[in-house]
Amino acid sequence: MAAISAPLQSEPNLLARLMGRPTSGIGLVVLVVIALAALLAPWIAPYAPVKLSVAHRLEAPSLTHLFGTDDLGRDVFSRMLYAARTSLSVALAVVVFSSIVGIVLGLMAGFFKKLDMPVSRLVDAMMTFPDILLAIALVAALGPTAVNVVMALGIVYAPRLARVVRASTLVIRELPYVEAARALGVPTPVILVRHVLRNIASPILVQGTFIFANAILAEAGLSFLGVGISPDIPTWGTMIAVGRQYMDQAGWIMMFPGAAIVITVLALQLVGDGLRDLLDPRLAKDI
Amino acid sequence: MLRTIFNRLLGMIVVMALVVTIVFVIVRVTPGDPAAVMLGPDATAADVAALRSRLGLDQPMVVQFGRYVLGVVQGDFGQSIFLNQPVTTALAQRAEPTFFLTVFSLLIATVIALPVGILSAYKRGSTFDQVATTLAMFAASVPSFWLGLLFIQFFAVKLGWFDTSGYGGPGASFLERLNHLVLPALALGLVSSALITRFARASMLDVLNDDYVRTARSKGMSEWRVVLKHALKNALIPILTVIGLTAALLISGAVVTETVFSLPGVGSLVVSAVLRRDYPVIQGALLVIAGLYVLVNFAIDMLYLAIDPRVRA
Repeated sequence: MAAISAPLQSEPNLLARLMGRPTSGIGLVVLVVIALAALLAPWIAPYAPVKLSVAHRLEAPSLTHLFGTDDLGRDVFSRMLYAARTSLSVALAVVVFSSIVGIVLGLMAGFFKKLDMPVSRLVDAMMTFPDILLAIALVAALGPTAVNVVMALGIVYAPRLARVVRASTLVIRELPYVEAARALGVPTPVILVRHVLRNIASPILVQGTFIFANAILAEAGLSFLGVGISPDIPTWGTMIAVGRQYMDQAGWIMMFPGAAIVITVLALQLVGDGLRDLLDPRLAKDI
Repeated sequence: MLRTIFNRLLGMIVVMALVVTIVFVIVRVTPGDPAAVMLGPDATAADVAALRSRLGLDQPMVVQFGRYVLGVVQGDFGQSIFLNQPVTTALAQRAEPTFFLTVFSLLIATVIALPVGILSAYKRGSTFDQVATTLAMFAASVPSFWLGLLFIQFFAVKLGWFDTSGYGGPGASFLERLNHLVLPALALGLVSSALITRFARASMLDVLNDDYVRTARSKGMSEWRVVLKHALKNALIPILTVIGLTAALLISGAVVTETVFSLPGVGSLVVSAVLRRDYPVIQGALLVIAGLYVLVNFAIDMLYLAIDPRVRA
């Protein structure tokens, strides 16, 4: 539980320390570049993502079309920039949603002894479903929209976070300052937010980074299967699905979005590992 | 010991009961009438009403749940809407490719990950360790379906070494089937090896500095005996756990990989069921796979009991 003794507040230079490590530094720079590319897509994309040009269909990468064109003559590079917006914002929304649900469940199980058994068993049961499978079942039930994909993946990843929050809360609950706050009559919600949540921010942040990485992979998987976000909206997964049909003649259509996924997920893992090493030195020496 | 087994068994039953409840609830969260969603916009009101009554959706929720639980306990997962056969039959018919895909992927993952993880820990900080750790992280970042597509393009289309898709004809020999399984198993196995490598390395690092390893060394025992006999034996339990859990995760990976390689397994059955809103099939597959996961977990727990005397205390 070293993570708990090293709360975020005492690390004003966390970003600087992250940058100071070669691996997490590279990861962070890559992430910033990808995030900027996604944010600035309307300004830096050379073509509109939906601009059809049948005369230029399936053109190989060139100076005119950096990553080539797809089956409808659309610029793959421009589409990838717009796809980054969707893929990253869906994954980020999954992190936020699963964090809210996971934190509430974890605090309930960790702080209130009576709730521990039922909540923990529910979390155990949720974790028995493989992530993609539960997500496609939920999307099938809710309908294939971006919001529902976020909700489905959020429900899938929330139990992971709930476990981490519960484990940390169980330790914090017994610390003298929590007891003191209780004795002073501080209301429970205030204790939970001010004394517990603030001190378990580190493990939440680390886990959140890995959920971000997993959500990108899972969303791409759902979109590739055609059971996620509508195929009309460019995401890295839907682009690979289109590219699959033209693999023999135009491998670049699926090659570049796949590479974008690998680079982004790798960068997130490097940052996640760096965060864990800095915030939880006990784990750092092991994994 | 008996008490521990009983407690674990009880925990398993509680989790399974919750799993059944969750699977039941999933279909009920469908906005609108599940029967209407399943049949699509062209269905007549009479068709929808008939399906509602066939699925028991016109009954009160408690009755529906009671019937569902009773069916599941008896191994009856309902009737597929589109295949017109019991869900259990549909699942059983497609279990073989998924089973072999999972087994071969796990085999590939373990054969790669175990030696690499052990050597990485033993040579901690060396170039080998750094390269292996980086490669493991890289493997964990690659979507298995994308890797599968690259494999098809290179090994099947360009080099022509393997079949691109399918599982061979109805009377295909095992060798033919194997030819169809090599690429998907390789794609899935390579991606899954990342997790096992990292765990094997971490578990070995944990034990390599322990007193008994130092004692074994000071007694003049050869290095490979120290590593393989004393250290590995103790690091094996967590490694076995992660291999077991990877097996369960592989079934999930199989959902996507089977679709890429057009393998007629449980994964592609689920995907087509989702596209056709065939809820009983989705529910049945979820139940079977979650059940397998729970069983694997239970088996690992029992293995712990058998191998590690400390757990029995």
